[in-house]
Amino acid sequence: MFGDYSIGDLGSIFVMQGFAGLILFSVYVLMALGLAIIFGQMGVINMAHGEFMILGAYVTWMTSNAFQHYLPSLFSGYFFLAMLLAFLVSGALGMLVEWVLIRHLYKRPLDTLLATWGLSLILQQTYRSVFGAREVGVELPQWMLGSLKVTDSIEVPINGVFVMGLTVLITVVVSYVLYKSRWGRQVRAVVQNRIMAGAVGINTEKVDRYTFGLGCGIAGVAGSAFTMIGSTGPTSGQLYIVDTFLVVVFGGAASLLGTIASAFSISQTQSTLEFFTSGSMAKVLTLLAVVGILMLRPQGLFALKVRK
Amino acid sequence: MLIGHQPKPFLLAVEALTVSFDGFKAVNNLSFYVEENEIRVIIGPNGAGKTTVLDLICGKTKATSGSIQFRGKELTKLKENQIVQTGVGRKFQTPSVFEDLTVFENLEISYPRGRTVFGSLAFQRDDAVKQRVEEVAEMIFLKDRLDTYADQLSHGQKQWLEIGMLLIQDPELLMLDEPVAGMSVSERAKTAELLNRIIKDRSVLVIEHDMKFVEDIAHKVTVLHQGQILSEGTMEKVKNDPKVIEVYLGH
Amino acid sequence: MIINSRFFNRSELIGFVALALVLLVILPLSLDVFRLNLVAKYLTYAFVAIGLVLCWGYGGILSLGQGVFFGLGGYCMAMFLKLEASSVENTKIQSTPGIPDFMDWNQITALPLFWQPFHSLTFTVLAIILVPGLFALIIGTAMFKRRVGGTYFAIITQAVAAILTILIVGQQGYTGGINGMTDLRTLKGWDIRPDHAKIVLYFFEVFLLFGCIFIAQFIRLTKLGRILVAMREQEDRVRFSGYSVANFKIFAFCMAAIFAAIGGAMFALNVGFMSPSFVGIVPSIEMVIYTAVGGRMSIFGAVWGALLVNFAKTGLSESFPQLWLFGLGALFIAVVLAFPNGLSGIWADYVQPRIDRLLASRKSKSGAWADNSVADGAPAE
Repeated sequence: MFGDYSIGDLGSIFVMQGFAGLILFSVYVLMALGLAIIFGQMGVINMAHGEFMILGAYVTWMTSNAFQHYLPSLFSGYFFLAMLLAFLVSGALGMLVEWVLIRHLYKRPLDTLLATWGLSLILQQTYRSVFGAREVGVELPQWMLGSLKVTDSIEVPINGVFVMGLTVLITVVVSYVLYKSRWGRQVRAVVQNRIMAGAVGINTEKVDRYTFGLGCGIAGVAGSAFTMIGSTGPTSGQLYIVDTFLVVVFGGAASLLGTIASAFSISQTQSTLEFFTSGSMAKVLTLLAVVGILMLRPQGLFALKVRK
Repeated sequence: MLIGHQPKPFLLAVEALTVSFDGFKAVNNLSFYVEENEIRVIIGPNGAGKTTVLDLICGKTKATSGSIQFRGKELTKLKENQIVQTGVGRKFQTPSVFEDLTVFENLEISYPRGRTVFGSLAFQRDDAVKQRVEEVAEMIFLKDRLDTYADQLSHGQKQWLEIGMLLIQDPELLMLDEPVAGMSVSERAKTAELLNRIIKDRSVLVIEHDMKFVEDIAHKVTVLHQGQILSEGTMEKVKNDPKVIEVYLGH
Repeated sequence: MIINSRFFNRSELIGFVALALVLLVILPLSLDVFRLNLVAKYLTYAFVAIGLVLCWGYGGILSLGQGVFFGLGGYCMAMFLKLEASSVENTKIQSTPGIPDFMDWNQITALPLFWQPFHSLTFTVLAIILVPGLFALIIGTAMFKRRVGGTYFAIITQAVAAILTILIVGQQGYTGGINGMTDLRTLKGWDIRPDHAKIVLYFFEVFLLFGCIFIAQFIRLTKLGRILVAMREQEDRVRFSGYSVANFKIFAFCMAAIFAAIGGAMFALNVGFMSPSFVGIVPSIEMVIYTAVGGRMSIFGAVWGALLVNFAKTGLSESFPQLWLFGLGALFIAVVLAFPNGLSGIWADYVQPRIDRLLASRKSKSGAWADNSVADGAPAE
């Protein structure tokens, strides 16, 4: 199967395929970061996570439209405002959902899963009623179009590079917040021992609400970034939810580094396989490998041995 | 002197047992031996590794190295349910009974018959089962509450029920983790009486903080500190050991 | 008397009689064949829901991949029917006659090896039970022996559902792809499409359903049923009572898979086609809601749940298609937040006590009335 390609061509193909994998990796990481916070830190399964992401995408789309109509001169910079708005809107909805729904279900993880699935159906239908069933795409500012020529045969699209840069930035911020800030310490304190955390004066309910909100807000940012590389429809979120859960579980639920490593290996495997077989078989093989490895090592790639 | 002296075969022989959690050695190179019909109490400050030792023996935690021999069988290689089937019973610190089942059903599940999937499908509630359940229920003061769902029981009654569930298994080695913790004074007295009755004809390994209770029942005491044995012997000996006084009793 | 040694207690007996009356008398008499066939379609989900009562309600194992087993059962049946419909005479216009049409469209020129045994009905019937059963055994053994449970298990079963769907859609030459296997015609020469066949199939299905109900009820009443409940609450205590918890979970999961597969096979027969849209993540999780609505601990409730949710779905999506997803979403949330025991819980908490009180007051007022109440079908204790 390599007969038709020269060594140089093959190298370029692998690099470009690897780059396609990196974009998929960015999407996984962005989505998984939010989930890793909610699932990994709080143990809550949020099946509506994809819908929070899509909310961010719709917010970005509306912002881009608003700029086009009212502030065309500032259009090239709309994305930064859109991202902030996406974070705030998704985060606020997340906190509302936590207050109305999730906080009643902390001791019933399987029921949370069903309830958030219900929520995802409601959100999907809401998007369909408000934005229509068709997929929408944002118009990219001029500077994001085109591609960078790395060598003669290797080109990488600028929007992809941008999304990757964004992913790195968000990851750094999230790890800082979670591992270095006072608030992050509170979150981890609550996770490890809720009663004790409460006893030393941490408002555990508030921490829960903000943690859930933060996770959803990051999903919103992920959706915002997602518009740079694809179009958005009411059910786009659902397409990614199982993959993302696998990413988080595969990485070892409580470890941010594990999440990133697992997002990387899954996305690279999938995009490399896509070159050899059809897209659907690549996906099947990747998911099978992940499920197979999880059966052998259920605690995920990076998990500590602790006394339970 | 050694000639003709046959060492008694130990029921339980723990040798060079070590477990480490992410580098922290909760139990470190621990060895001790329990004889037939011996009542051994493990004491020690919090975090000494007492509960971990029981977890290791009953298979809840896997040892990093070392061996646990029970009647010559190596327990570290067996699964929890196989360990139970060789004759080791374990009571947990917090009462763990089946709250959605009645007292009768709780005891019946612990009855050692029909433990496989198909065995339990074919299991019949015959007279032998009923008789044994009633007998045990009488011992644990719950004879007139057989039809009560376990979630209706008091904390002390749940502890008794769990002891009853162990009893009906008729284990050769019974491991109890703080059996009187959280009980009222009268429940405590009744439990001591119950334990004194059931520890006959079997070996018992108990973790307990209540020193009076320990003095009442222990044949031998093992003091654990930081995953290792600090002192071992009769209560009298242990009580006067300066090392023990320093880390534990003195406080 | 410590335990009720009867197979059904009083309220279960009422439930059984009521269900039998509705399914065997009221619905067949009041509905036309089209609607009755629709009920038959809904009832195929009742098989899945009963399996979930054992596995989820009793065992506490939430599988979000029941569509996989429903699909495997359905596809096994559909493969047999498709082969019968693709006889050489029926397919002589194809470039390769005698193979299913979708294979011909995908330039496949010979029947693949794994299709060959589906010429035999005996093999097919065995496959409907054994293929999903073995698949569940493999998944269950791999997961439960390694103590994977709870939400992890739910997510992994969901991933399995996703994998199978992508595989079926992607391999359209072997599976019929996204359209599935359509145009199923006869079963051993007996045409399954006309009205009278639909009626026969309906009654056959109800008969099988009661078979499954009896099996589930039998399992529930044995010690195994009590061990499942015990396991759900205190897994460690069961383990330290000498049971291999994994084996019991595997058993419950396999039973649920087999029930789902029977449902799937009946789906292929009653509805006349099978497609990946009954296999994936979305249908799998909808199957859970049937059980949740009926009451996760109630076998009869599961059947009612499957019927009512599907009636509502058909009704709403015929008249207000947008409302259906809102309704379904709200149903998920309501059942979890407010009615964790579903309809059977509502019945037990609100309706049953009233009936009991009514009967009791009648009885105490007059002996003649009490006799009447016995005649009403509520035997006095």
